[in-house]
Amino acid sequence: MAKKDNGISFNLVSRQKLNSLSSNEKLKFILKEVKKGKILVLENGLTPMEQTSLIEDTMREIEQDTFIGVEMEGYGEDSPTFLQKLFGVGKKPRMTLIGPANLLHTVRKDSNMIQTKIIPGRGAK
Amino acid sequence: MGLFGRGSFSSIIQKIFGKKHAKIGIYGPPNVGKTTLANRILRDWTGDIMGSVSEVPHETRRAKWKKDVKVNNGNSSLFMDIVDTPGISTKVDFKEFMNTYGLSRDEAKRRAKEATEGVIESIKWLEDIDGVLLVMDSTQDPFTQVNVTILGNLEARNLPVLVAANKIDMEDSSPATLKSAFPQHPVVPISALTGYNSDNLYSTMVKHFSKKRKKRRR
Repeated sequence: MAKKDNGISFNLVSRQKLNSLSSNEKLKFILKEVKKGKILVLENGLTPMEQTSLIEDTMREIEQDTFIGVEMEGYGEDSPTFLQKLFGVGKKPRMTLIGPANLLHTVRKDSNMIQTKIIPGRGAK
Repeated sequence: MGLFGRGSFSSIIQKIFGKKHAKIGIYGPPNVGKTTLANRILRDWTGDIMGSVSEVPHETRRAKWKKDVKVNNGNSSLFMDIVDTPGISTKVDFKEFMNTYGLSRDEAKRRAKEATEGVIESIKWLEDIDGVLLVMDSTQDPFTQVNVTILGNLEARNLPVLVAANKIDMEDSSPATLKSAFPQHPVVPISALTGYNSDNLYSTMVKHFSKKRKKRRR
């Protein structure tokens, strides 16, 4: 029998993967992974509208004894330069960290750094 | 119907002179003083109150609404429908209500269930408001994800936001930190509890929420 791995799964999700999904698919993918106990680093992050939808979906998924919600940290969107605006480039979401709230805890966040702590003993099953 | 339907006439007036009536949502994370501020506004302008307050988070779990609150600023005034919304958070843990605030298991679970429904209701209200009074606790780190998410969402909708930097009666408050964190929005330091600087808040509300804007829906 294979030995059970109790480590914490930390997944970096590429921009390409995220761009290939619709907003709904992206949110479903994130919640499914986070509910399994995984911590995700999204290279591309989520737009504010997607973040709001993620909060809403998370509230619907909360199961009091097993899933209490998500810890999510990221920065506001990068504003396009004047030239980018001319070519129709909009605001771009930046890197975002998302994990289960019982596992991932934000210690401090300022405009330059997000400091988080992983609560030991609650890794992905 | 005459040359101008009622809606089109009022929208022409609004385009020329700005708003005279606006639905304003009071938003923010739990326990920043949203209902205390709603009570302060209503007490000052209607003599009424909005709801009960508590140190236990998620005391407001259903949105409450007071219509036609007239707020004056010198010669100008604005009628507002004030919506006090439940606190928005990314997690709700019933054990926190038990371990930190001494609620029984049943009470804590019921509160947590209602709190999750409250968050959803708050988010739904975003579709139906004209402006937001975003309440932040000036003793806390302003860059919380909830603050960043709400602000980003409102900016995407092009809704006017006024940040109320609450709890400035507390010794460790730092409204200047909030001002530097969100320079793109007006930030008014206030104590909803004592009423300190509320006159400044009201005049800023009338000026800011009366402005004509093209609302974007997504």
